[in-house]
Amino acid sequence: MISGLLPELEVIRKDFPILERTLAGGLPLVYLDSANTSQKPQVVIDTMVDHLERHNANIARAMHQLGAEATEAFETARDKVAAFIGAPERDEVIFTKNASEGLNLVANTLSFPGEHQLGPGDEVVITEMEHHSNIVPWQLVTQRTGATLRWFGVTDEGRLDLDRIDELINERTKVVSLTWVSNMLGTINPIAEIARKAHAVGAIVVVDASQAAPQLPIDLAAMPVEERPDLLVFTGHKVVGPTGIGVLWGSRAVLDTLPPFLGGGEMIETVRMEGSTFAGIPHKFEAGTPPIAEAVGLGAAVEYLGHIGLDAIHTHERAITGYALQGLATVPGLTVLGPLDPAERGGAISFELDGVHPHDVAQVLDSRGVAVRAGHHCAKPAHARFGVQSSTRMSSYLYTTPDEIDALVEALNYTRSYFKLG
Amino acid sequence: MSAAQDLDALYQEIILDHYKNPHGKGLREPAAAQRSADVHHVNPTCGDEITLRVHVEGEPGSERVADVSYDAVGCSISQASASVLHELLVGKTIDEAMNVHGEFLALMQGKGTVEPDEEVLEDGIAFAGVAKFPARVKCALLSWMAWKDATVQARG
Ligand SMILES: Cc1ncc(COP(=O)(O)O)c(C=O)c1O
Repeated sequence: MISGLLPELEVIRKDFPILERTLAGGLPLVYLDSANTSQKPQVVIDTMVDHLERHNANIARAMHQLGAEATEAFETARDKVAAFIGAPERDEVIFTKNASEGLNLVANTLSFPGEHQLGPGDEVVITEMEHHSNIVPWQLVTQRTGATLRWFGVTDEGRLDLDRIDELINERTKVVSLTWVSNMLGTINPIAEIARKAHAVGAIVVVDASQAAPQLPIDLAAMPVEERPDLLVFTGHKVVGPTGIGVLWGSRAVLDTLPPFLGGGEMIETVRMEGSTFAGIPHKFEAGTPPIAEAVGLGAAVEYLGHIGLDAIHTHERAITGYALQGLATVPGLTVLGPLDPAERGGAISFELDGVHPHDVAQVLDSRGVAVRAGHHCAKPAHARFGVQSSTRMSSYLYTTPDEIDALVEALNYTRSYFKLG
Repeated sequence: MSAAQDLDALYQEIILDHYKNPHGKGLREPAAAQRSADVHHVNPTCGDEITLRVHVEGEPGSERVADVSYDAVGCSISQASASVLHELLVGKTIDEAMNVHGEFLALMQGKGTVEPDEEVLEDGIAFAGVAKFPARVKCALLSWMAWKDATVQARG
């Protein structure tokens, strides 16, 4: 028996109806693509259906009972998200479409006129292991403003190369934006240490928590201020919530100084033809009708995770990741990209199989019911760093069992024999 | 069909043979009498890449595909299809080659309903099974799209 697994794993699996379905040929589904998107528990599905069946109305502007109920449901979801990340203030939680929109909101508003506006001579620091969502917006914005984009490299073991940290983070640094957990290498980055350095030079710290929020307990209020990010984003669909909803959390101090991103309904205080004044946070950054049912679903999702407990989920992920790393090590010709110690990594494991292209690996695994991701996982620079163009990635979650890891390892050995490798 | 049979339909022996022993791989310098054009195509979803050079010779109106040389990284399907392309198109007039291109395209976009013509497509008929895997059609077409793009340019 592997220690650390969620004690009620079989009960938890029953919460996720999709895990019961079979694939072509009657094969059971072995879903190992949760870093791409997670599956949804019944309670999220039911909550969204109930909202649409019984409480649907636009929010904040409808004067009738349904409007009040919908508004209440939407704002309660904000409270639940705030509790999930330990936000110091619930109004600091802003709903976006996904993590990408959150990062674009931040990068763009930092390029608009205002206290933090980027310009020539300013530096933005990211890392080589970012998802494209935390690279491209900064490229666009630094090109537009004349600021300089710099980045941390990655060591052979898949960790951030911090040797040059004192040179990289300097008095010209205005923004440091990095991922908490890498979606390709699985690496957990020392965000507290980096935030401390960045804050010491007065830079704003942005953390992409898209892969961290699903599996690490986050308590922003409990972090020492010097180590707390100023802005943090994650995406709803990776925390057992629906697609179409994401979260930007920001400290009031920073959010209040950022100009609006999108203009429109609900983000204003008053509008005259000569000009407008804007609502306070969170509404300032939520122009237009938001994804209401999705927000309500996300509220149910983070509440569900909270009931199980993020500490327990993290322990489970570590146990499964450790078991998977052991299993993968038995497959001849397989090389894991990223740290090999489960204590230092999240539940996404990218690997190469000598002699078989990742696309072909994923195809053969799929024929055995094992769903993984193949490609560059929106992290082309991180792949280039390891001299590969693509990789195969398995990623687990709270519903993943050791049996599923066994099925993966078995299917990988089958893949080798299918392509006649020894 | 079971998943295993589908898999065998996708990975025909012919495809795996071309993958292991690709025809015409490598970029070559065009000979003195040849015109050439280079293109670089990428499959953005998976990152497969090809740099392909078409070598053309002959009088306008009756030009021939003298050679297709290429450098490519990618999966078995994309590599094998570049190899088959080389085998099928080199030596043909551009008009004949365009015709083969059209047949191959129709096969790949036919969702498994098009019966391939072995007279025209030769080893290319092995790709009939790929057409049933929508995610892989782009792999099979990467080199073919690059070839057409380069040929239009080389013809000028
Ligand atoms: C680390 C990381 N950042 C950002 C994203 C982007 O998320 P989304 O596509 O939902 O905006 C992802 C997921 O794909 C991710 O893994």
